[in-house]
Amino acid sequence: MDDFCLSIVGAAAFLAFGPVLGMLLAGVDRKVSARMQGRVGPPVTQPLLDVRKLFAKERSAPNRFQDFYVACYIGWTAFTGALFFAGMDMLLVFFTLSLAETFLILAAFCTGSPFAQVGAQREAYAAMAFEPVVLIMAVGYYLATGGADGGTFSVLDIARGGDMMILPMLGIFAGFVLALTIKLRKSPFDLSMSHHAHQDLVRGLSTEFSGRTFAMLEVSHWLESVMVLGMVALFLANGTWSGVALGMTAAALVWAIEIWVDNGFARMKWQTALKFGWVVALALGLSNIAVLLVIA
Amino acid sequence: MTATSRSPWVLHYDGSSCNGCDIEVLACLTPVYDAERLGVINTGDPKQADIFLVTGSVNEQSKGVVRRLYDMMPEPKAVVAVGICACSGGVFRDCYNVQGGVDTVIPVDVYVPGCAARPESIIDGIIRGAAVLEEKRARMRDVKCSVSKS
Repeated sequence: MDDFCLSIVGAAAFLAFGPVLGMLLAGVDRKVSARMQGRVGPPVTQPLLDVRKLFAKERSAPNRFQDFYVACYIGWTAFTGALFFAGMDMLLVFFTLSLAETFLILAAFCTGSPFAQVGAQREAYAAMAFEPVVLIMAVGYYLATGGADGGTFSVLDIARGGDMMILPMLGIFAGFVLALTIKLRKSPFDLSMSHHAHQDLVRGLSTEFSGRTFAMLEVSHWLESVMVLGMVALFLANGTWSGVALGMTAAALVWAIEIWVDNGFARMKWQTALKFGWVVALALGLSNIAVLLVIA
Repeated sequence: MTATSRSPWVLHYDGSSCNGCDIEVLACLTPVYDAERLGVINTGDPKQADIFLVTGSVNEQSKGVVRRLYDMMPEPKAVVAVGICACSGGVFRDCYNVQGGVDTVIPVDVYVPGCAARPESIIDGIIRGAAVLEEKRARMRDVKCSVSKS
């Protein structure tokens, strides 16, 4: 199969199966969390039931811009995931990912709710905390695939290259996994919105979202989860099926760790999230880059 | 059963309860009763809630809040009055500042009596509330169909 067909298949597979897989990931998250707390928990397909219910609710929006911004958010999230699984340029993937994030923040800012606005500010801080790790990751891939002579940002070329990138990029991998807690809004960094009732910000960022608007946000989360786990798997891809299997195992393991961290830690302040994100990015990421530059 | 009745998200508001019923509402979410296995989520956001659980009688201070929370919830929605005070005003019925049960302010669909209401009966009330949601949703769909036909 030539590159073009491979890209189309990758993007189509993400758009077709990404939401299903993401829904199951969310369902497993709730089930496993419940078991960790000694409860039975909802069925694994509960997130799908939630979303179907939300679509049947009455439409109510505080203004006409909110739905537009949320639609842009889900659209760009789907586009970003499709780009990633199509094996396109990694920098492009990260830029569109930030664009999607921006639309989510705008959706919360355009409402009058003070809860949503504080949530949006915290989301912006969370994005600031996560971004450096991701940018360093792109630089790391470029250097690890050969730097000035033959280095690449293409996800497809990285996935097909003979070597597992986790070995030269161990520090960046660790930094990325640690920072994922911020990206996935898991406790201790679920500061912009949390699925728990009785907290400081009601529903934070999503306070004004209801019905299908909130359903779109949920579906975007599913897509986002699949995409970031795909990024975890990319570290172990080496162009063979065993690399794919190993990558998927690593992704499942990372998801399990995220659930454990989510259940095991209390919420921290946004200052901590920002410091954590930057310290992780600088300490693990930049020292890894320095090593890559030395051995190159 | 459709998704509507299998995913009842609950908004809990304390009208003027002594906290007895509130503790029992929270007990529904603990490992012993685990209401989440039925899809119940205790949400703090009226815009995302399906069932409005009110504990305690309604007084002059809280009636505006109850009304407002009810109005903020998108259809289909159901109201469950938890505890005898929420049902009828209970022992506080004749107090000078108490207006009475929740149904003096908003329409109530399910009454869960008790002092305090047991978690089992609260969960039962939520399930009956979910059945009400189902009916309302079917009615909404019929109205939508008849509007689009005419």
